[in-house]
Amino acid sequence: MTRRPIALLVVLGIAGVLALDATISKPPNPYRAPPLLALGSGLAPAGAHCSAAGS
Amino acid sequence: MSGTTLAGAPAGSIFGGRVLPVALAVLAVLAVAVLAGGRYGLLLAIGLGFGVALEGLRFGFAGPWRAMILRREPAGLLAQLLAIGLVAAVAMPLLASHPQELSPAHAPVGWAMVGGAFVFGVAMQLVLGCGSGTLVNAGSGNVVGALALPFFAIGSFAGSLHLGWWNGLGLAPVVAVEGVSGLAITLAGLAVVAGLAIRLGVPGGSRLPRRLWLAAGVIAGLALLNLVVAGQPWGVVYGLGLWAAKGAAALGADLSANAFWAAPANAERLAASLLTDVTSLTNFGIIAGALLVSLWRGGLGAGLPRLPVQAWVAVVVAGLLLGYSSRLAFGCNVGAFFSGISTGSLHGWVWFLAAFAGSWLGIRLRPALGLEARP
Repeated sequence: MTRRPIALLVVLGIAGVLALDATISKPPNPYRAPPLLALGSGLAPAGAHCSAAGS
Repeated sequence: MSGTTLAGAPAGSIFGGRVLPVALAVLAVLAVAVLAGGRYGLLLAIGLGFGVALEGLRFGFAGPWRAMILRREPAGLLAQLLAIGLVAAVAMPLLASHPQELSPAHAPVGWAMVGGAFVFGVAMQLVLGCGSGTLVNAGSGNVVGALALPFFAIGSFAGSLHLGWWNGLGLAPVVAVEGVSGLAITLAGLAVVAGLAIRLGVPGGSRLPRRLWLAAGVIAGLALLNLVVAGQPWGVVYGLGLWAAKGAAALGADLSANAFWAAPANAERLAASLLTDVTSLTNFGIIAGALLVSLWRGGLGAGLPRLPVQAWVAVVVAGLLLGYSSRLAFGCNVGAFFSGISTGSLHGWVWFLAAFAGSWLGIRLRPALGLEARP
């Protein structure tokens, strides 16, 4: 066996994660998307990061 | 490597050719930009760049640490320090001048944080893949990385559920350096570590090949783009934990009572689409970028390693530990080591020391667990 079917499984796994997400999450709204760049936007960053210590 | 097709793959197969995968990647970026917004499409593109650079230029973390510990070859470690220094040189002044728009990767040092970093160091040597490395390995069809990845996500989610308890063991206030003086301290620290690595290294082992100079520059540039576009530094672990949290929620788990997932920022991520999550998008991009490089190189035709059952069990356990420990450690080699140090956080330095010590142990555990491939 080669790496090819493994890579295919990974791609299918990611597709599965996205499909699951699409069924349970709010759909994205491109008309309410933030500006292209955070720098210069005047807005606070809204994402979450690994360094988050929780509440 | 074949000029027009993958080694051993017929033209027109699902991964065949070179143009089609690139076209699909561009299409994916455009689709995310249209569906979610331009920023998110750009973040997926940045992730693709990370994946291409990491796999294409063979820039890693676990491998170079192994090379330093086993063979005293510091070139890969020096490239990491160079990339971190390049990011720090731009990011720290930017963070100081735009504190409302950009946030650093600052986190506290604590008992569980140190222990988590140590365990992460052990586990990343067991699977020979760190946070970014596991994504790259999975994308390039490496079966160890592909098996470790889902357990990495589950482990990260499990760690988030218990994070409050672990933090209760003892957490110091966040310590970070900022501004010009902070940058000077950070660069001096990186220089000291580099000097130590060169001193301990074998003669000639400190010379960086051209690809590592290039890789350090490209990775640093992409990390800065990540900061400028997303408003936060490059990270990996958060996205993986979020994927598993979504899965748990889909299975009926109520995460609203958990302190971590009830925090406003995390609750918002849980409810929102992954197409708007910064670390998820760059993670997807890293996997896809590594896949692209493997397709270009014909690497998917390589055979799989022959490992005993105990080794596969070890990979699963190591995957869980990678996720769990990095959640406790406030990041992996990317979120804590790379982004923590380059934005002035003390926890990044402590993470480095603890994970490097853990790597020493992990390297010695590999043969006993059957993880050195049989010929």
